[in-house]
Amino acid sequence: MTTAKRTGIRRLAGTVAVLAAAAIVAAACSSSTNNAGGSSNGGTVAALPNNTQGVTSSTITIGATTPQTGPAAPGYSEIAPATNAYFKYANDHGGIFGRKINYVVYDDAYDPSKTATLTRQLVLQNNIFADVEPLGTPTVLQVKDFLKTEGVPAVYVASGCNCWNDPALPYTFGWQPPYTDEGKILGQYVTQHLSGQKVGYLYQDDEFGQDGVKGLDQQISGSNVVSRQTYTATPQALAAGLGSQMSALKSAGAQVVVMYTIPAATALAMLAAATIGYHPQWVISSVGSDPPTLTGLLGSFSHGAAGATLLNGVISEAYLPPLTDAANPWIVGFKKILSTYDPGAPWDGNTEYGVVLGYTFVQALQAAGHNLTRSALVSAIEQHGSTFLNPGLVPFTFSKSNHYGYQGGQMVQLENGGQTINTLGGRLVATINGPITTETAPLSTPPANFGS
Amino acid sequence: MQRFVDLTLNGVTYGMIYAVFALAIVLIWRATRIVNFAQGAQAMVTTYIAATLVEHQANYWLAVVVALASGLVIGGVIERVIVRPVEKGPVLNPVIVTLGTLVALEALAGIIWGGGLRSFPAYFSQIGVVVGKHRLAFSHFDIYVLVAIVSVMVLLVLLFRFTPLGLRMRASAFAPEVARLLGVRVGRMLTLGWALAGVVGALAGVLVAPKLLLSPNFMDAVFIYGFTAAVIGGLDSPLGAVVGGLATGLALSYVGGYLGSTLEALGALAMLMVVLMLRPQGVFTRVTSREV
Amino acid sequence: MALPGTTGSAGTSGPAGARGRMPAWVWKLRLPRQPMIRHLVLAVAGGAVLFGITSAVGSYDDYQVAQIGFTAVAIAGLSLLTGANGQISLGQGAFIMVGAYGAGMVLVHTGLPVFVALIVGVAVSAAAGVVIGLPASRLRGPYLAGMTLALAIGLPALPLKYSSTFAGEQGLSINPLQPPGTVDPQRWLAWYVLLAVLIMLVLMGNLMRSRFGRAFKAVRDDEVAAALSGISVMRTHVLAFAVSAGAAGLAGGLRGLATGGVVPDAFSVALSISLLAGMVLGGTGSLLGAWWGAAILVYAPQWATSVANSLHLRQGQGSNLALLFYGVVLVVVVLLVPSGVQGALRKLAGWLAQFAGQPSQLAGVSTGTVVHKGEEGP
Repeated sequence: MTTAKRTGIRRLAGTVAVLAAAAIVAAACSSSTNNAGGSSNGGTVAALPNNTQGVTSSTITIGATTPQTGPAAPGYSEIAPATNAYFKYANDHGGIFGRKINYVVYDDAYDPSKTATLTRQLVLQNNIFADVEPLGTPTVLQVKDFLKTEGVPAVYVASGCNCWNDPALPYTFGWQPPYTDEGKILGQYVTQHLSGQKVGYLYQDDEFGQDGVKGLDQQISGSNVVSRQTYTATPQALAAGLGSQMSALKSAGAQVVVMYTIPAATALAMLAAATIGYHPQWVISSVGSDPPTLTGLLGSFSHGAAGATLLNGVISEAYLPPLTDAANPWIVGFKKILSTYDPGAPWDGNTEYGVVLGYTFVQALQAAGHNLTRSALVSAIEQHGSTFLNPGLVPFTFSKSNHYGYQGGQMVQLENGGQTINTLGGRLVATINGPITTETAPLSTPPANFGS
Repeated sequence: MQRFVDLTLNGVTYGMIYAVFALAIVLIWRATRIVNFAQGAQAMVTTYIAATLVEHQANYWLAVVVALASGLVIGGVIERVIVRPVEKGPVLNPVIVTLGTLVALEALAGIIWGGGLRSFPAYFSQIGVVVGKHRLAFSHFDIYVLVAIVSVMVLLVLLFRFTPLGLRMRASAFAPEVARLLGVRVGRMLTLGWALAGVVGALAGVLVAPKLLLSPNFMDAVFIYGFTAAVIGGLDSPLGAVVGGLATGLALSYVGGYLGSTLEALGALAMLMVVLMLRPQGVFTRVTSREV
Repeated sequence: MALPGTTGSAGTSGPAGARGRMPAWVWKLRLPRQPMIRHLVLAVAGGAVLFGITSAVGSYDDYQVAQIGFTAVAIAGLSLLTGANGQISLGQGAFIMVGAYGAGMVLVHTGLPVFVALIVGVAVSAAAGVVIGLPASRLRGPYLAGMTLALAIGLPALPLKYSSTFAGEQGLSINPLQPPGTVDPQRWLAWYVLLAVLIMLVLMGNLMRSRFGRAFKAVRDDEVAAALSGISVMRTHVLAFAVSAGAAGLAGGLRGLATGGVVPDAFSVALSISLLAGMVLGGTGSLLGAWWGAAILVYAPQWATSVANSLHLRQGQGSNLALLFYGVVLVVVVLLVPSGVQGALRKLAGWLAQFAGQPSQLAGVSTGTVVHKGEEGP
């Protein structure tokens, strides 16, 4: 045999040996087999592991992952600082049974793999008591099973996905209205007040948009929907604009366009529509219709032409008190808290969201009592959540069998370039599969001197 | 039919912007044989500067001039300080250095101007013009963009082909040692190349911002599509950059319009692969091949 | 492992006095010469060290070791490709995604063991590497960069388009590994990842020592000469893509196991770019450099965040400041240390060896060097 052949055979033998060894080792380790994914084992709720992790006599450490940088950051990056502002206010007023809240927030740039890493850091290194207001649907879905295995409550997930009311996730709670819920209410309005007109949809091609459309389709009959357009929320797709979608809606003759869009996409859509001279009746999900944000984005459209007038007549839905309602004591109080503890923050839909959620979490902590454990927190939300003092327009629906928070809203219309928000009709509540009813209980008022 | 016309005009509008970007990339490539990944971020910074001026009631044209001037300065400084030390040596190092600059500039913009979205004015009307009975998806602003781009392209071609300065710049890129022997200040030519590209990029920024909404990351996608356009057209050819830009814009528009926006990026990829399979160095490059 | 061109043995030169200061057998220590054995020895030694480290540290640190592991194998694949082509691929993230979905689909839809799923992921990814490698083999320089960039952006659209098969935006949900007994899950994950990664790296190291590795280097150094001596340039490029993609596929499968899911959003362009940066920072062309690069990628953002947080800025400012540090670090490290951490260490070892009176033997120690050209210095 030649040297080369011998070397070659030796090499081949060596490689085979390595692979064989690897196979043996791997087979021995195959006690680590995986079962098929998609956990749902019925969810038996025992006492939570590490029930008092993150709680000392003087502090409560909680954490969250939100996008602070990257394409998803605009707007959403304001939410966590606003929530923290309320926590700081509560800390300065004696804390909760003498404990101060320490809110550790990490930036995941809306990348689910970062969320996975940072959540593990929060749980394993920062030893958080609960994951409070983690933001996003794909991001939090990535860690829901990890949080469940570790026994960490995921409280008030900042997403309207229909996923947070899942018996397989016994320690996870939503807070904002699920998208389908909102879609139902928007759909009912369109059917009742804009009947006979042709309807078009523009929605984000993911959980957010698709869940919203499920709700719309429950109420709007299919024959009235003349066009369904989608867009992807990637920076690349948005950089190409929404012109083709708008032109499709225009050629289909849609007189009403319902949009399940994020604010950036709402603005781009309205700009594109104005470019082709298309002015339908806009009906926009609360997620994408924040007036201050939109006003800023449309403000300098076209030489001289005040773009904000594009917002006149826009219809949307709200579950929190209107931002411009200066007489509302909740608004007055929250604005004061923000200006003291988060100076420089704008007053818009995002900061309102954040500060009200912070308020709701403090309610939960107080209801959990002096003996603060994870199971106490979960029970407190389930048993008392629906009676928390609630700044919103509709009640919380938390219960043992329902982990959603708000389920409903009130229709509003923007005027005056977005400076004025008028309410349309009554406050409505609906579950995802149930009927829509009107809420009759009066709006709540805060305690005296709220915010000082 | 109307839909096809709208999609075509939409594609042309965005395509022109990718073309301007591609021109900046081509410029730097011809001057230094480097792809500047920070090109988009530089344009983002200059656009933010212009936006700040406009928000403080400055004249639009003044803001644009300031943006162009700052583009010149930023481009030149980046070349001299950051890129010059790595211009020789492994091919990857300038790539990483420009990528690091990209990240740093975007973070800096987030710190200085905040992460929120803001709008940028368009001096001309963005409402489509009316031709006969139809309103086209093409406005006075789009005409202004078209004029600007064609002028830039013509100026670049004139510069490189017919001026001694252009000749010196080309010599510095292709044969720096020989150029040095002949008295060309090679270093200065390289810096000038980057500075000019910074100006073109800044122009792209103010032209695209009214359509896209300003945020620290807003130029990322424009850069990517501009780079795609430059590759399709051939990195050595300004004409290729413009043709590539229009082709990219049209492809994205048609794919998005007829097949759904999820597939847009894939459409661009497919087009790129087809072009590169037929012409591995872009459409307009004069190929010098070594066949064995 | 000596550089080619230097002899493997020491002691042929150097001041006689220096050698007398240490016992003679120390100077005769060298790694076995047969590549397979050498790689196995190094792998076992490295594995033992890592095993010791992971057993001693906490749960989250173990998770980070696992992250370093699969990031390192992805960077190693990229290193092989860059070393072979001498050019830029911005698409490694796309191959990671292919491997992740390959392994993920097996885990979700069948009851097959984890290592089978990982092998499927590697195979699918390598096949994708062949498919991409065929057109890519004709491209050079920025044109290859452009194509791979478009791949990195375009490919994540596929699972969104075929969302019924690939679970769309929600992605596949992968159950974590079940550790035996009372072993901490993160520790078990780290061991599993390290075992898989070391096996792959040994195989890659052997490949580079074989005639294929020599073909890679020949094509990289001079395509025309290589073609003239009978090497098929196209086939070499395609093989490089396939192997590199296979390594990325393993990284993808392991990443899916570690994070608990496979989502399209997790494979953005930023992933591909960060792998490229990690490769350069660690030292292009070096398998050990891949580990340094991976460590930098895993620890630098965390370090930057904690520095920024210690300044107690408002939330958004802090994160942007951390990013700013990261970008500046990228620029500064490449400017100061153009051959990356591994290159700097090699130079340092060379100085130390000279200082101790020993010539190039120690300077030649570079574990599993994939390629040696041009990266030693500016």
